[in-house]
Amino acid sequence: MEIQGGTSTRRRFINWFLGTSIGALLASIVYPVTRYVSPPEVPEATTNQVEAGSTNDPDLMQKGFKIVRFGADPVILVRASEADFRAFSATCTHLDCIVEYHADRKRLFCNCHGGEYDLQGKNVAGPPPRPLAVYTVKVESRAAGQPGTIVIVKA
Amino acid sequence: MKTIERIGEWLDDRLSLSTLRDAASHKTVPSHRHSVFYYLGGMTLFFFIVQVVTGILLMLYYRPSAEEAFESIEFIMTTVPFGWLIRSLHSWSANLMVFFAFVHLVTVYFMKGYRPPREITWITGCILLFLLMGFGFSGYLLPWNKLAFFATKVGTDIAGSLPVVGEWTLRFLRGGERVTGGTLSRFYGWHVAILPAITVLVLGIHLALVQLKGMSVPPAIEREGATKPPMKFFPHFALRDLFGWTVALAVLASLAALFPWELGEKADPFAPAYANIRPEWYFVFMFQALKLVPGGELGGIEYEALAILGFNLGGLVLILVPFLDRGITTRGRSPGFTIAGVVVLTGMVGMTIWGYHSIVPLLVVLGTGLMLWILSLVTHHSDKEGER
Repeated sequence: MEIQGGTSTRRRFINWFLGTSIGALLASIVYPVTRYVSPPEVPEATTNQVEAGSTNDPDLMQKGFKIVRFGADPVILVRASEADFRAFSATCTHLDCIVEYHADRKRLFCNCHGGEYDLQGKNVAGPPPRPLAVYTVKVESRAAGQPGTIVIVKA
Repeated sequence: MKTIERIGEWLDDRLSLSTLRDAASHKTVPSHRHSVFYYLGGMTLFFFIVQVVTGILLMLYYRPSAEEAFESIEFIMTTVPFGWLIRSLHSWSANLMVFFAFVHLVTVYFMKGYRPPREITWITGCILLFLLMGFGFSGYLLPWNKLAFFATKVGTDIAGSLPVVGEWTLRFLRGGERVTGGTLSRFYGWHVAILPAITVLVLGIHLALVQLKGMSVPPAIEREGATKPPMKFFPHFALRDLFGWTVALAVLASLAALFPWELGEKADPFAPAYANIRPEWYFVFMFQALKLVPGGELGGIEYEALAILGFNLGGLVLILVPFLDRGITTRGRSPGFTIAGVVVLTGMVGMTIWGYHSIVPLLVVLGTGLMLWILSLVTHHSDKEGER
């Protein structure tokens, strides 16, 4: 009996050892692979303001808006009226599409799922859950009689 | 002739081909008025084979980077001899494959083919459908056009809206915060290596189980005793399969030649989504549903995330149907599941019609139904005694 008990303990010990070493082997494969497939955080240069062209930009005059690169993010610059320029994050808060401006209805509109925002960036119709982030717009005048330069600043 | 026979014998000694031939000669397929549905899985398989062949050919010229992807497909479409044909075949066949996988699933569902002992066949079948949708979604980005870009932004953002795991999933899918060239390489890897490897494995199990368990006879037919003597797989069923594949190839080639697949405009991460942008037809019912969900949140979870969780739950319920439908195993009938199937299917078709603002989806469904009905009548009545 004592010998049998001894064997069974030894067997249990060996099985346990084998089991954990297989577990350790799997972990040593799964862990690096999982880490590898999770993309690393890449630091980005922070953008605080960008120049967005002149106030008589043809896109702004004709369509009433243009999409500006703000670092890696798209920002929409809207010509709400003659001298009223506004800027918002162009990324729809619903599912990440890029919005446009419908000058006739004075609404920012997302073509993907029909989300609508007013000229304060507030979500007013359709599925968007949150308002668009608002940016500050400054018009820097150059010489008198010349169109000014639009500068978009992170609010 | 002597030499061929000798080679045959030599191979037989080594590969036991005669054993295989004997096994194949005993294989039969049940014969009844719904037998036509047994060809749908094979049809899906045919389009899968076309996908593998045309996909490998496309890889010879395609370049998976944001700078070159669009241009390389432009090159395939305009300069490479028959490049337009290969790419159009790949796109059309992809759609037909998903379509037939759907029809296959729907007919198996209504014939209750998932009941014991075929639960695992059903589960692997559902997984294959999801894999095909994964192929569709990952392949969609590869041309790097505007449609592809927004479809991927939306699709990955949907995954990102899930509670807890969302953020990691989004970064995992996109290969970073945003949809960039990095996302394209990732999707390419999924599309040509990871998904094919998984699919071949699951497909192997699915097909092996179909061989092991044979075709399921619908319970209603079983009750009526309406089966005729079974049809031999070789040559009768296999030849009919082959005939179907020939027709499918003809239809596919005509579609690809008459309606070459569009390439659209190159993706621009700084341009708004264009009007009437829509995903592939098999995602339209979900797309339309997401349009209807208002903004807002419930207990910290956005409504849209709830809708997405609902779709995931739907997929899970679909996989678990064999275990949920107790009636079919205990009483041999489950009208509740039939009705639920009709309701869900009607809902999906209805949402698709709404999403397109067109009755074409309805016509496609009615056309498919009509064609299957005619085929079942024709095949059922043309079975001659001598063929069995």
